[in-house]
Amino acid sequence: MAMASATEPQQDGTRALAPVLKVLNGVPLAVWTLIGLLLFWEAYVRLANVPPFILPAPSAIAQEFRAYGHRLFPNALVTMFEVVFGFTCAVLIGVPLAVAIVYSKFIQKGVYPLIVASQTIPKVAIAPLLLTWFGYGMTPKIVIVILLSFFPIVINSVMGLRSASDEMIHLARSMGASAWQTFWKFRLPHALPSIFAGLKLATALSVIGAIVAEFIGADKGLGYLILIAGSNFDVARQFAAIICIALIGMCFFFTLEMVERFAIPWRNKSDVSGEA
Amino acid sequence: MNALPSPDSLSTPATDTLTSTGAAHVSIKGVTKVFNGRKGRVQALEPVDLDIRRGEFVSILGPSGCGKSTLMMLLSGLLPASSGQITVDGKEINAPNPEAGIVFQKDVLLDWRSALENVMIQAEIRKSDKAEAKARAMELLSMVSLDDFHDAYPSELSGGMRQRVSICRALLHKPPLMLMDEPFGALDAMTRDQLQLDLLKLCRDDDMTVFFITHSIPEAIFLSDRVVVMTPRPGRVERIVNIDLPRPRRLAMREDPKFIQYVHELTGIFKSLGVFREE
Repeated sequence: MAMASATEPQQDGTRALAPVLKVLNGVPLAVWTLIGLLLFWEAYVRLANVPPFILPAPSAIAQEFRAYGHRLFPNALVTMFEVVFGFTCAVLIGVPLAVAIVYSKFIQKGVYPLIVASQTIPKVAIAPLLLTWFGYGMTPKIVIVILLSFFPIVINSVMGLRSASDEMIHLARSMGASAWQTFWKFRLPHALPSIFAGLKLATALSVIGAIVAEFIGADKGLGYLILIAGSNFDVARQFAAIICIALIGMCFFFTLEMVERFAIPWRNKSDVSGEA
Repeated sequence: MNALPSPDSLSTPATDTLTSTGAAHVSIKGVTKVFNGRKGRVQALEPVDLDIRRGEFVSILGPSGCGKSTLMMLLSGLLPASSGQITVDGKEINAPNPEAGIVFQKDVLLDWRSALENVMIQAEIRKSDKAEAKARAMELLSMVSLDDFHDAYPSELSGGMRQRVSICRALLHKPPLMLMDEPFGALDAMTRDQLQLDLLKLCRDDDMTVFFITHSIPEAIFLSDRVVVMTPRPGRVERIVNIDLPRPRRLAMREDPKFIQYVHELTGIFKSLGVFREE
């Protein structure tokens, strides 16, 4: 009797915990790693008395978000706009350019090598020049984003469009497909996975482009905030801005991944990690 | 020009020439192909002469690199011949012939389309009637036991299923001429047997001419009315063997003494050509 009553509540306890455990099991392992890391960071800063201008605790960064959010948010919007607008332009330039490279002997031989060779120039090196030409507004930032992100888009699209096998093209021709049908129904869908690999690479680069451009000359944006906070030894604020940047990058990447799943449904079973 | 072959145009030592009455469906006259590669000129085909009757199943049998595939490319009009003339129904082929149906060794299914949509691409490109084409596509797929796989993407199909879909695609527009380039070459032996049976079933009803390339002696015998033996490169027609086996063909016929005799005969030809070397 005594033993039974001792075990019963225990069983009840595990039964009540079961759904909770189930939910917790569903949380990806990476989240637990992150939580562990943050706890370690918090404990280390507190126990070792690290001064906040060297390394602020996660709690201090969270506090910074609360206190400074009204300034962070509009600046994050500026950066986000530069990234998305620049990226969109890069896609609109890059993909048609890739098509032109694949279809035109002249562009393939006369222009493509120049594009490839131009990639030896570090984009950061021409940023001051762009500032001189376009001023301090958003234009030079967007131009840098385009310059950085358009190359992987072009390269991957060209590779994808070229990867259609001889047999596939023979098949199209044997059906009497026109050049347009061959492109639209065979080459382009065949190239989509490769094009998306390029787009995903470009997302990361476009965020880098926007921040670097803001470092060089800006009066708003997250890059600008980091620079100002740095000169004031406000490390917590820098961390807050960095986290914003990371969030923008992640949101952007996952949005693209959703688009990819929609555009390439036959590939749903392939890897989720992406090529970037 | 004249649709009937003149006897002296057959300069190759082919033992069997076309004896049927009427014009040939496909007529190949003195066709050669030379490729200008990096290593200079490569003669892929020496003058080839061959006539194929309507509704005939002809296999082209030869070792790798003998120009079998080149000959098919010339027949489809996808490659121009260096000299000679190919006519189909009396019309000279000098551009891709959209009346032909083509199957390659690779199934070349479009990854982004389901099995049914892959068959339907034929109708989309040709802008033929959608509903009618769809009914035919479903019928073809069910003839090769793919009823349950209309919506499956190629990545979800086995190699044999994929090749069956590609055969259905080639057959959708009821081509009078079917060109097949080692379609079963990449399949395992059992799947291969089944697909041979499937192919014979699909070809039975229509008055379709099949030009079938293979390097399998039993496969050529099992499927064909005539087997055209080609020499190693540069390819030319060495011999044409009539296969006098009843239709419909059954798997058990492969143990038939007559079948085995054909295997011996064809093996002997390849031995004399130096394709097979025994110690």
